[in-house]
Amino acid sequence: MLSSPYIAEKSSVSIIMLKVLAALVPGIAVYVWLFGPAILVTLTLASVTALVLETSAVRLRGWPARPFLMDGSALVTAWLLALSLPPIAPWWLIVVGTFFAIVVAKHLYGGLGNNLFNPAMVGYAVLIISFPVQMTQWPSPLSLAGAHLGLLDSAQYIFTGILPDGLKLDAISSATPLDTLRTQLQLEHTVREITRLPVFGSIGGTGGEVVVLMYLLGGLYLWLARIITWHIPAAFIAGLWITGGLFHVADPDRYISPWFHLATGGAMLGAFFIATDPVSGATTPRGKLIFGAGIGMLTYLIRTLGGYPDGVAFAVLLMNIMVPLIDAYTQPKVYGHKQKEPAE
Amino acid sequence: MTRQLYEFNGGVHPEQHKHASTRRPIAIAPLPKVLVVPLRQHIGHPAKPVVAVGEQVWKGQTIGQAEGYVSVAVHAPTSGTVTAIASHAVAHPSGLADMCITIAPDGLDRWIEHGALDYRNMDPSHLRNQLRELGIAGLGGAVFPSFIKLNPGAAQKVPTLILNGAECEPWITCDDMIMRERAAEILAGAAIMRHMLRCDEVLVGIEDNKPEAIAAMRAAASQCDFAVEVVAVPTLYPGGGAKQLIKTLTGKEVPSGGRSTDIGVATFNVGTAYSLHRAVNHGEPLISRIVTVTGNVHRPQNFEVLIGTPLAELVRLTGATRDDTSGYVMGGPMMGIDLASSDVPVVKATNCILVKSPALFPPPPPAMPCIRCTRCAQACPADLQPQELYWFARAKNFGKTQEYNLFDCIECGVCTYVCPSHIPLVQYYRYAKSEIWAKEKDKKAADLARERHEFRQLRIEREKQERAAKLAQKASARLTGATADSPDDSASAAKKDAIQAAIERAKAKKEGITPRNIDNLPAEQLQEIAEIEARRARIRAMAQDSVEK
Repeated sequence: MLSSPYIAEKSSVSIIMLKVLAALVPGIAVYVWLFGPAILVTLTLASVTALVLETSAVRLRGWPARPFLMDGSALVTAWLLALSLPPIAPWWLIVVGTFFAIVVAKHLYGGLGNNLFNPAMVGYAVLIISFPVQMTQWPSPLSLAGAHLGLLDSAQYIFTGILPDGLKLDAISSATPLDTLRTQLQLEHTVREITRLPVFGSIGGTGGEVVVLMYLLGGLYLWLARIITWHIPAAFIAGLWITGGLFHVADPDRYISPWFHLATGGAMLGAFFIATDPVSGATTPRGKLIFGAGIGMLTYLIRTLGGYPDGVAFAVLLMNIMVPLIDAYTQPKVYGHKQKEPAE
Repeated sequence: MTRQLYEFNGGVHPEQHKHASTRRPIAIAPLPKVLVVPLRQHIGHPAKPVVAVGEQVWKGQTIGQAEGYVSVAVHAPTSGTVTAIASHAVAHPSGLADMCITIAPDGLDRWIEHGALDYRNMDPSHLRNQLRELGIAGLGGAVFPSFIKLNPGAAQKVPTLILNGAECEPWITCDDMIMRERAAEILAGAAIMRHMLRCDEVLVGIEDNKPEAIAAMRAAASQCDFAVEVVAVPTLYPGGGAKQLIKTLTGKEVPSGGRSTDIGVATFNVGTAYSLHRAVNHGEPLISRIVTVTGNVHRPQNFEVLIGTPLAELVRLTGATRDDTSGYVMGGPMMGIDLASSDVPVVKATNCILVKSPALFPPPPPAMPCIRCTRCAQACPADLQPQELYWFARAKNFGKTQEYNLFDCIECGVCTYVCPSHIPLVQYYRYAKSEIWAKEKDKKAADLARERHEFRQLRIEREKQERAAKLAQKASARLTGATADSPDDSASAAKKDAIQAAIERAKAKKEGITPRNIDNLPAEQLQEIAEIEARRARIRAMAQDSVEK
C-alpha cells in the first residue's frame, strides 16, 4: 500500500530528456544549413548504436527494456557525443565512442543514475586520446568550402571513406578555429594577424558561431522550462570568460579575447547541455557554481596551455571527480538551522 | 500598508479542487445511529475511560479522562447509552484497531449542565486545566493538546499569535468554510488565546485562493476590540505548514528541534480558535468539528460532524457511493492517510474525508532510477537535499540520513510530487525515521541490560571482597586476639569507597551515552514515533499471522 502523496506532477525522465533533445534541434538545423548534412548521418548512427547497446545492457541486467529505452537518456548521450565529434569522421569512430559512452561509462557503473562520469565526455575523451587524426577532420563551413557533400555522399564517405570522383578531402575539410589559433600561435603569429584568416568569423569561427548561438538559445529554453538551473551554465561561462579575460588583458597578442572562447568549440554545448548532466554533476546550488566555474576555468587552461585544441571534455571529467567532495562541503543550510546552530 | 511577506524555499502548486466543496454551506450532519469515540485521538497518553458499559451518558459528559501531561479528555458527543468499551477500527496509518467507547444515541441530545468560563478573571493554570478537561486540541491535523501551547512559560508572554487559515492542501475546505461562516467566533477564540499568551499582535494567514474567507475575516476583524491583521499569503503548498506560515509571515524560522514559542510565535488553526470559543464562552467540550467530504462523491460538502460519527454514515450524506470508489483518505492528497475501512469514526484530527477513485488518483507509474535532477531539493520547503537522503535511506545508511538532517523533514510530500522518476521519496524518509527510532529504542534497552549486568558484576565482586575481608578479619582476630580492630575497618572503608567510585563511574558512563533523537523531540515527532510504532506492531502482527498460517 502506497502512502501519501496520492497525486503527482506530470513529469518523467522521458519528458526531461525529450526536452533536452528538442533544445538541441535549432543548433542541429543550423549545423546542417552551414556545414552540410553529414551531421545527420553521424547523429543517426550514434543514436542507433546507443539504442542497441542500451537495450543489450538493460537486458543483461535483467531489467525491463521498454521503460529504460523510453527514458531517452541513451539518445541524449548519443546526440551530445555526435555533436562533439567531427561530422565526417569514419563510422567506426562513432561506434567506438558510443560504446565507451553507453557501455563503459554508464552501464559498467550501474546504469542510469549511477555513472560518476559524463558518458558522452568519456566517449569523446577515449576517441581524442586514441584517434587524434580522425578527430581533427572537421568539415569546412559551406561558405568557405571548395565543394559540397550531399547526404548520400556524406554517408558514403563516413561508411566507406570514399569521396565522390575528383574530390579531395582538403576541399571539404579544414582545421577548426581553435586548431588554427593553436598552430598559428606556435608559428609566432599574433592574435590580430591570425583572426584575419577566413575561418574566423565575427566573434568565433565562421558558421560555427551561429551554431553556438543556437545552442545558447536552446540552453535558455532548458532554463526557462526548468530542466536546468542557471547555476552551472552561468558559472561555466563566467569561469571561462574571466580566466580568458585575465590572460587576454595580460597579453592580447598571445591570448585571444574571451568572447572568442565562448563562441567556439564545445563551450555553449558544454555549458548548457553537457556540464548540466544531473547524474554526474554537483547537486547543491553552491556546488553547481563551483562545479561550473571549475569546468569553465579548466576548459580555458586546457585549450590555452594544454595539448588539446578543446578542453571541455577533460574539464568536465576532471570536475566529475570532484563532485562528491563539492557536494559534501556545500550542503545548504536546512530550515531551522539558519539562525542558531545547535550546540554540537 | 501591506505587510512584508517572506519566502520559504520551494513549494508546489498542485491542482486545487477546492471549489467542489465550497458551493454549499456547512451542513449539520444528522445524529448517526451509533457513535464510536476513540480514547486515543492525539499524541501522548490515551484518555482513561470513566464510564461503564450500559451507563447512561449526557451530551458533553466526560467519558475518558486525560491521563499524563500530553493528554486531553474525550466526551460523549450526544446523550445515550454506552454499549461497548472495546477495540474498534480507527483512523491511523497503521490500520490497527484501538480502544473506543461506543454510544447508542437516545435521540434526545440532552446536554449536561455547562456554562461559560470567566476566563479574564481566572487563574491561568486553572483555566488551562479546564481546557484540558474540555478536550481542546489542535484541529489542523496534529491534534496537539491546546492547553500546553496556551502556556506562555518562563517568558511570561508570546508576542505573536498566528491563526492558521492557510489550508494549503488541495481538496480540503473546512477551514475556508468556517472562516466564511463563523469569522466572529474564530476571533472570539483568538481573544482568549491573546489573553492567555499576552500577545502583542494577532495575525491571520489565509492563502489568497480564498478571497471570501479573507473578506469575512477582515469584516470580523474590523468589529473586533483588538487589532487583528488578516494577511493574504501566496497560494503555495505547503504554505500552511506551521513552520512555513511562520516564515512567510514573520521571516523567522522555528529552530530545528525547537518550538515556535522559542521565537515568540504561537500558531493555532482557525478551527481550534472556534472550538476554544465554544469551550470558554459556552462551556461546550470539543465534541464536533467541520469535516470536508469530497473527491469521488456526488455532492461534495462541509459538515459539522459529531466526533465518533462513522465515516460511512458521513459519506452517505453526499449521495450514493459511486461504483468506482477505490478507498478513503483522511486528510488531503499530499499528507493524508489511507483508511483501512469505511468503518472508522471521525476524530478530532479529521479535517477531510477524501473519497478516492482510480480516475481522480491514478497509481503512479513504476519508479525509475534517481537521476539527481534535484527537482526535489528545489521544491523542499525544509531546504533539505532529498536526493541525498533518498540515497542514504535506500542504502540503510541511517547515520548519514541524520547527518543530512532527516529529522527536519516535515513529510509534506512535495519531493515525491515533483520527482520525474516517480520515486516515493517521502516513504523512504518515513521508513528511515522509523528504523532509527526502533534502533534507538533497542539501544536504550541494551544500555539498560548492560547497566544491570555491570551492576551485578560489581555486586558479585563486592560480595567476594567482603567475604575475603571478613575472613581476613577473623584470621587476624585469631592471630592478635581481641586487640586489633581499627586497621581492618579502615581497609574495608577504603574498599567501599573504591566500589562507590566504580558505581559512580558506571553511572556517568551510562548518562554519557544517552541516545540523541528520542529525547527532547517536539510533540509532533513523538506522535510520529507513536504512529510508526503502531505500524511496526501491525507488520509484526501480520508476520506472526503468516507464520501461524
